[in-house]
Amino acid sequence: MSIRDHWAGRALRHPSFVIGLLGTLAFIGLALLSAVWTPHVVDRVNIAARFAPLFGDYLLGTDHLGRDIASMLMRGALTSLTVAAVAVGIGLVIGVPLGLAAAIVGGPFEWLILRVNDFLFAFPALIVAVLITTLFGPGATNAMLAIGIFNIPVFARVARGGALSLKSLDYVAAARLAGLSSLAIARKHLLPNIASLVIVQATIQLSLGILAEAGLSYVGLGTQPPGTSLGLMLRDAQSIFLLHPHLAMVPGLAIMFIVVSLNLAGDGLRDLIDPRLRKEGLPRVAA
Amino acid sequence: MIPYVLKRLAGFVATLLAAAAVTFLLLDALPGDPARFILGINASPEAVQALRLQLGLEAPPLERFIRWIGGMLQGDFGLSYTQGAPVSALIAERLAVTFPLALAAMVISIAIGLPLGILAARRRGSLADTGLMMLAQLGVAVPNFWFGMLLVLLFSVTLRWLPPGGFVPWDENAWGAIRSLVLPSFALALPQAAILARVMRTALVDVQSADYIRTARAKGLTMGEAVWRHGVRNALLPVLTILGLQFAFLVAGTIIVENVFYLPGLGRLIFTAISERDLILVRGAIIVLVVGVTLTMLVVDLLYGLVDPRLRVRRASR
Repeated sequence: MSIRDHWAGRALRHPSFVIGLLGTLAFIGLALLSAVWTPHVVDRVNIAARFAPLFGDYLLGTDHLGRDIASMLMRGALTSLTVAAVAVGIGLVIGVPLGLAAAIVGGPFEWLILRVNDFLFAFPALIVAVLITTLFGPGATNAMLAIGIFNIPVFARVARGGALSLKSLDYVAAARLAGLSSLAIARKHLLPNIASLVIVQATIQLSLGILAEAGLSYVGLGTQPPGTSLGLMLRDAQSIFLLHPHLAMVPGLAIMFIVVSLNLAGDGLRDLIDPRLRKEGLPRVAA
Repeated sequence: MIPYVLKRLAGFVATLLAAAAVTFLLLDALPGDPARFILGINASPEAVQALRLQLGLEAPPLERFIRWIGGMLQGDFGLSYTQGAPVSALIAERLAVTFPLALAAMVISIAIGLPLGILAARRRGSLADTGLMMLAQLGVAVPNFWFGMLLVLLFSVTLRWLPPGGFVPWDENAWGAIRSLVLPSFALALPQAAILARVMRTALVDVQSADYIRTARAKGLTMGEAVWRHGVRNALLPVLTILGLQFAFLVAGTIIVENVFYLPGLGRLIFTAISERDLILVRGAIIVLVVGVTLTMLVVDLLYGLVDPRLRVRRASR
């Protein structure tokens, strides 16, 4: 039996991982589909058809402007996922090298990076978003930057922690004796070995990013009309949800669905990669 | 203990100074002249210049920064030029809503999260455990502001128990003020309670299988006694970390949840200030938030040292 079969078999016997993965893939699929096809034209205002009920001509009804909710949901999911994914990208590209460098170089450099980390933690994504909005005005880019900045110390810490535990191992010492530079050691030996930790953290940050994007767009600091995102749909629903609850229910349930899916997939992935890490309740705090 | 405390305090002050510097630099770089704003478009350049001098805007940035910090230390956050009132008074008025809200949410989340976590840990693998952890999984995934909307639908629209939004000032009717904070604090507390329950469960499960608990049991203690006498301190460490992080984010979370319930808190103040480009006000409010977050981290760090004597040594030498 090859290692691959072994992996697949274990994965399939982990029901919550399978559920999470399927949910995530379904959600991503719908979001991507919205780039080429939606049931109705996204954002086409049709006042005559406003507040259409669920399961009629429009699968999920229409909002106060007669826009098709199902179409907006698909496009909104694309925006939310994009924002969260770019934010994870920012965290990865800046945070992981910083964490690795801190672990390898050590000394005052490591101290400095740790202090910068602490400093960034004093700025929740919301405060960063407020600052950026004051400077440049609101927009989806803000949300990406704000959540991305929040992600940097998270990934730096994971990378540093992982690298520290590897640094003292024999093969790293052997590589150094063989004359490899710190950079080469980081790239060839440390990075591949902390990749699994980083990937698990990335799924967690992705789900946090979707929650954070929703919060920022809801208060008007994120995606702006005519764009649409799950948070923006809730913002639109805010003043009328008492009369038309489903306008708030649909996007909210969608957020819950994708976050639960991502978390299940992430937890499952962690169990599969390293059963020793089987721990629930890692710090998860949004926005 | 004293070197540990001093080290933490130094870190706290350094973080705050750096945060203040970044905030100052960013918002100082903005286009727009407060003097021009106050006097209007028709004012003569001479009048604007005179007011700039009077406001101290002509001084070099470093001097203005130091003066700003010095002022804040004395409780003077400057004057909001859109509202014509001291920034400190405006912020204080809003904190009377935001702070009790965050605190109530914190207390509720502890009151719900910890007992449920303990219950799940003591009945590990049972139906109650599985059910609770599934609920927690959902709770973690619920945006707090959306949960707030659901609470309004249930408790205000359907049951008519509590007001759907708005705020009665404390000095007008304290009971009314409390009533208007009930739903928002539960909305904020639920996701946090879910996180706490998970952390508490994991921490206690870990503790129950620790060597020192086995030793204590061998000594003749019951499991309950062993966990209480030896385990709780250890289980508290991860819980404490999360609590610290949570309070910081609760303060930020109130800003979002305020919108659901139309509460006149710090968040609404900030959003108005942004739209009116009242930079002094934005700056002051951000600093207050950052102080709140950093102060919480400091308190957690100090409590850490108190709960775990090992850290006083290890952490201080980091």
